[in-house]
Order: sequence, then structure tokens, then C-alpha cells
Amino acid sequence: MWRRPFPWLIVVAALLFALVPYFTNDVGMRESLLLAAIYIILASNLNLMIGYAGYVNFGNIVFFGLGGYICLYLVTAWHVHVIVAALIGGVAVSAVALLFGTGILRLRGAFFALATIGVNQAVQQLVVNFEPWGGATGIYLSLDSYKPFGGPMQALWWMYLLIVLLTAASMLLSYVIKNSKFGLGLIAIGQNEDAAAVLGVPTARYKALVYSASAFLPAMAGGLYFFKSGIIEPGAAFNLEQSIEAIVMLMLGGAGTILGPALGAVLYEEMRGILLTTQYLSHFQLVIAGVLLLIIVQFVPGGLLGWLHRLWPRTRGWLQ
Amino acid sequence: MSELLVVNDISKRFGGLQAVSHLSLTVNEGEILGLIGPNGAGKSTVFNLINGVYAPDTGSVEFAGQDITGMPPHRVARLGLARAHQIVQPLGALSVLENCTVGACFGRENLPLAEARETAREMATKVGLGDRLDLIASSLTTAGKKRLELARALSARPKLLLLDEVLAGLNPTETEQMIATVRQIRASGIAILMIEHIMRAVMSLSDRIVVLNLGAKLAEGTPQEVAENPEVITAYLGDSTIMQAAEASP
Repeated sequence: MWRRPFPWLIVVAALLFALVPYFTNDVGMRESLLLAAIYIILASNLNLMIGYAGYVNFGNIVFFGLGGYICLYLVTAWHVHVIVAALIGGVAVSAVALLFGTGILRLRGAFFALATIGVNQAVQQLVVNFEPWGGATGIYLSLDSYKPFGGPMQALWWMYLLIVLLTAASMLLSYVIKNSKFGLGLIAIGQNEDAAAVLGVPTARYKALVYSASAFLPAMAGGLYFFKSGIIEPGAAFNLEQSIEAIVMLMLGGAGTILGPALGAVLYEEMRGILLTTQYLSHFQLVIAGVLLLIIVQFVPGGLLGWLHRLWPRTRGWLQ
Repeated sequence: MSELLVVNDISKRFGGLQAVSHLSLTVNEGEILGLIGPNGAGKSTVFNLINGVYAPDTGSVEFAGQDITGMPPHRVARLGLARAHQIVQPLGALSVLENCTVGACFGRENLPLAEARETAREMATKVGLGDRLDLIASSLTTAGKKRLELARALSARPKLLLLDEVLAGLNPTETEQMIATVRQIRASGIAILMIEHIMRAVMSLSDRIVVLNLGAKLAEGTPQEVAENPEVITAYLGDSTIMQAAEASP
């Protein structure tokens, strides 16, 4: 794997992400890059489902939220170290996804998409009524929780670095899967599921596995992100809008490619920043996102990278 | 010759339509068995029952000594039973080579990716797609897509190949080439069960023929026997002069 240039590109990009704000000590830049990093994680893992296997997971944010809840619960109630707690969150959410996936992945197309929204809403309602997790008010962290890192300021930096690490891991996961037999099987499913089955691809197993795999890193990221925020509540954790935004980013950059979702995430984050700070547009961010999605799906279904590939077919080889 | 595929008394009903009723047939190792019958006779349904797309209502299917009745398609494929579809099913956004690699990866030999690519390249070249390996599958011509179906099925290194009208929609030259390819495949030791409407082709290629009508077996025998069977001539071919024309040509 390390003989190809691509993984090194990811490592260098991640180092830049991590080191530039750190050495310039620019907290504003860090916060904006943090958001971009989270977006990349969401879009990139969603890509495994949408871009590879061809299944639109509308409720993808449930992984992020549930991971966040499990992590913060373990940190507050059991005093588990946040990194361990996030890891447990990742594993637990992946396991739940495997279970759910085996069921709802029998559905196809729009029915599957609707079912995933259902999963998100159901989990949200469950959490709202679940007292150990604070019900509708959620879980708050005390400042003591940041002590292992030497205080909140240092903890914020640590969380940022760890999230950048997860971002790099997401990209590498996309890369490894795409260049594996598993990935080929998934892409075959995405192209024509019935034909794939006749060719010998174990469709049911692969779909459940990728659903589960696409849950792991977002769930861990949710843990770290909400630890950094110091609070988690159901509305913020299971925000369907964020799910849809992740789809927009993915489609913008190019579903099915490795760099596309990251590119789309960064561009979307920039656009969102500009819209939110422009006086008359601040309430129209989602409207614009929706219109953007329509335009992309209608006119450039391959997203930015797909468009580049069509313009210069040679880029298909190295710009994956 | 030992029996490779034994279909025993299978039936399938879709609502009010009895698509296949109590059909039995056998494919021996290394032979070509032709499956013919008028449109709607249930030929493609028989294929779907054999390779697990549908489970039969009655009866059993045995392949290479193993009971595969009701087994899901991907497991049937693993055992070495590959299929080329009547309506071509390319993985449109993938290249010719990638399409065949899927076949090789998940076929009988369950190859790792790198080796699968080699097999895929070999099989694509064998059916005459060697110069179009990197072409996107959806951009192939009809004849090209038919060849791709075949190459993809062959990449699985099957013991038995189900060919569903691989000649349909091809022009005379392409048909000749395809017939030659099918002969080569049989020569390499792969048994073939083929559905075909082009009589001249199926008569000259098949060792034996099973005639299907309204989901049931009407006749079975060598091409010669089937061609001379009066029931077949009236029920299926209608006009005996068609058969005489078929015999006259090689």
C-alpha cells in the first residue's frame, strides 16, 4: 500500500492540517479546520455507502450522534479516558450498525433511504426518553473531565489532533477498500446488484459489512467532537440537516472517488462560512445546499472529480 | 460421461402462470445441451431456477454432486456455475477488465485481486475483447456487451456455463464469430447449457437438445431426433420446411 503515492499524499495533507494551526497558534483557523475535518469524516465514510455500494444513507448522522453519546456517557459516568471511550463508542456503534444493516439493507433504493431516516429519528426519540443519558437535556461535562490533558485549552488541541487523525484514517479506509476485492464487490453491487449476485458477490454480507464499516470512524469522531464541545443533546447529536449536508458535500466532490468527498467537504465548509456571515444569506444556507444538490444530480452527477475525469480522462488514473 | 447438472422435477408458478412444470434435465460434463422452445416457454425461468435467482416450488437441482436447490445465486456461482444473461447486465461504470475481474474474484477459484486481473485479461482476450480492456462497459456495442457477458462468466472459471441467447441481436458476421467462440469454450472442457433461438446455431452446436413448451418438456434428443419429432415440428416450429432449411446448412 505504501508503495503508491496516494497514501503519502493523505499523510502529508493530514500533517499540514495538524501542524499549521498548531505552530501559528491560530485558534480561529483550528476551529474552521476542525469543522472541515469533521465534514470530511462524515462525507468520506458516507461515500463507502453511497459512492461504492450505491445505497443512500440519509440518516448517516446517527453514527456520529450515537458515538458521541456513548463516549460522553462513559467519560462522565464511568470516568473512562476519552480516547478509550471514543474507541468503545466506535466499536459499539459499528456492532449496532451491523445488526441494523442486516435488516434494513434488504430494502433497496428510496425505501432504504427512508428506513435510514427512520433509524435516526427512532434513536433520537429513544435517547430523548433515556434518563441515564440525560433525556432531552443531554449530558454535560465538568471541567474535571479535561484534567487528563492538563486543562481545557490543551484538551481542545488534543481533540483537534485526534480528529485530524481520524480524517486521515477515513481517507485511507476509502483508499484501502476501493483497492480491495471487498471494494470491487461493493462497486459491483452499486452498479447492478442482481448481476453482482449472479457473479458470486455475497451481496447481503458485503452490504451489512460496509454499513458497519462506515459507522466506525464517524462514531469515534462524534465522541471526540462532543467531548470537545463539553455537551451533547439529542437535537445536536441526531441533526438530520447535517446528514443531508454530508450528502451534498459528497455529491459536490464526486461520489465514488476517494478525494472527491474531502474536496466537497472543504468547499462546502467554506461556502457555509461565507453564507453564514453574509447578512442577507445567513438563513438560506440549507436552501442553497438543496439547490446545489439538485443542480449537481441533474447536470454533473459525477461531482467535481467526475467532471474532471470526463474533461481529462487521464486524470482518472492518478486523481482517484 | 458423468452427470454435472441434474435438474429433477422442478416447477415454478408466478401467480396464475405456471412458468415451469415438472421439468427434469441433465447436463453431462463437457457437453452442450441446447434448450429451445417458443417465446414464453419458460426457458429463462429454468435458468433462474438453476442458478438460484428463484427457488423452485417443487423438485431439486443438483450440481457437481451437491444439492443446490434454493441456494442463493452468489453461492451457486462460487461452486462453478456461471451465467451470461439474455439482457446484457454490464457493470456500466466499470471497465471491461474490471467487469471480468469481478467474475474472476468471486467465481469458483475465489481469486485475490491481482491474480483475478490476470484471469480477467486472459478471458477478455479469449472472447476478442483484448483491445478494449480499458473501455467503460456501457460504451461497448451490443455485440461487445454480449462478449463481455461471456468473458465475465468465463473469468469465474466455471464448470458449467448457462448461455442465455448470446447470439440474439448479433449480425451474421458477429454470429459466426460467437459460434466459434462457444466451440472454443466447449473444447476447453466447460459444459454449456444454452438457450438459443437461432436454429442453425443451436442445431450445429448442441450435442443434445431439450424442447420446452408452456413450461414442460416436449421432447429431448439429438438435434437430428428433435428435428424429426413431429410433435416438435407442429407445436414449436409449426412449419417443417424451416427444419429442412436448418439441416441443409452446416
